[in-house]
Amino acid sequence: MLSSGKKSTFRGGKMKISLNINNYIRNIDIEPGDVLYDVLNKLGYTSVRNSCDTGCCGTCTVLLDGEPVPSCSYLAVKADGKSITTIEGVKEEAEKINNYMLNEGAVQCGYCNPGFILTVIAMKNEIKDPTETDIKNYLVGNLCRCSGYVGHLRVIKKYLEAIK
Amino acid sequence: MEKEDGTIIGGGAFLHLGKRNINSAVDIRKLGLNFIRENEENIEIGAAVTLREIEKSNLLNKYFDGILGKTVSCIMGVQIRNMATIGGTICGKYGFSDLLTTLLALNAQVVLYKIGIISLEEYLNGNIEKDILLRTEIKKGNINAKYLNLKNTSTDFSILNAAAANMDGKCRIAVGARPGSAKLCYKAMEYIDKEGINQESVKKAGEIAAEELKFGSDIRSSEKYRKDICSVLVKRALLEVEK
Repeated sequence: MLSSGKKSTFRGGKMKISLNINNYIRNIDIEPGDVLYDVLNKLGYTSVRNSCDTGCCGTCTVLLDGEPVPSCSYLAVKADGKSITTIEGVKEEAEKINNYMLNEGAVQCGYCNPGFILTVIAMKNEIKDPTETDIKNYLVGNLCRCSGYVGHLRVIKKYLEAIK
Repeated sequence: MEKEDGTIIGGGAFLHLGKRNINSAVDIRKLGLNFIRENEENIEIGAAVTLREIEKSNLLNKYFDGILGKTVSCIMGVQIRNMATIGGTICGKYGFSDLLTTLLALNAQVVLYKIGIISLEEYLNGNIEKDILLRTEIKKGNINAKYLNLKNTSTDFSILNAAAANMDGKCRIAVGARPGSAKLCYKAMEYIDKEGINQESVKKAGEIAAEELKFGSDIRSSEKYRKDICSVLVKRALLEVEK
């Protein structure tokens, strides 16, 4: 396993899985206990970042068949045959949201941005015209330790309004 | 699975937090256990259903005052809820679980591959041999139910949680995150069945529940605080199910 920390460890040989990452099929060999974050990082998707390593902070979020999951906790073998979206796969939309973040002062170090933006995209696709409560509930699992959350809320509202 | 260290992988959400060496892991995703359905008597939830699917289920939100959806909606973030399953929650018998408390209050039954159908209460309390959970069943009926918790932050585990269900005039009360696994409050249930629900009786029932259960201390709270909070949550939950 590539990530450090206290984890359950799996024994056994390599496993072959197939992932559709940002519309590219990747056939790869993994260790049975590898989590999705390990595999994506190894493949060069460095936008996927690990932070809490327990699935609580949302930084490592990727979209699995369109739904946000914590890649630091999701066993890679369970993603076999599924479609994975990282920020590289939604570059155009991510840049738009990122510009709102810059304009609204909702970003400092930027470490949590990819996970945050992917969760916003998932919410936009899942909930039509989300209320402020919907937004807060959907984004509760994305922590930012730099800028606070009021700026994020402004970003989401302005972005959703702009794309109506 | 027969191997001593054979491990069935549920959602895998909390696998990451353990330190076990796993030699044989069994993935049960292809057993067709991802369903939420109803028949004349019961609501049935397959073991592989995620917490997020429970939260979004129109069927589940129609029953039991939508308590199942409300319970899971306050568990961490959407990301984890897309991953954690009801099967993993039940079989893990996690002390911090919010869902177990609600399921106990609703008198849920679990259907196991080898053993068959038993109550969730028996499953949690008994020394049950290793088995595969197929589904959870909850009897339909005229049920008012309420789930409450207290947390330090919205994405943290509960300091304490409580659920009450009024089933055709008969009450079930469960308290979890003590920090041990959820338990029923038998004496409080007996008292409230005898006295009925009113401003005085719910206060007394809360005090009885706090006395009959065991609490512990951990990083989130002291034993004494949990005991004090127990009486408040039970009282409030009972008042809500009476409405």
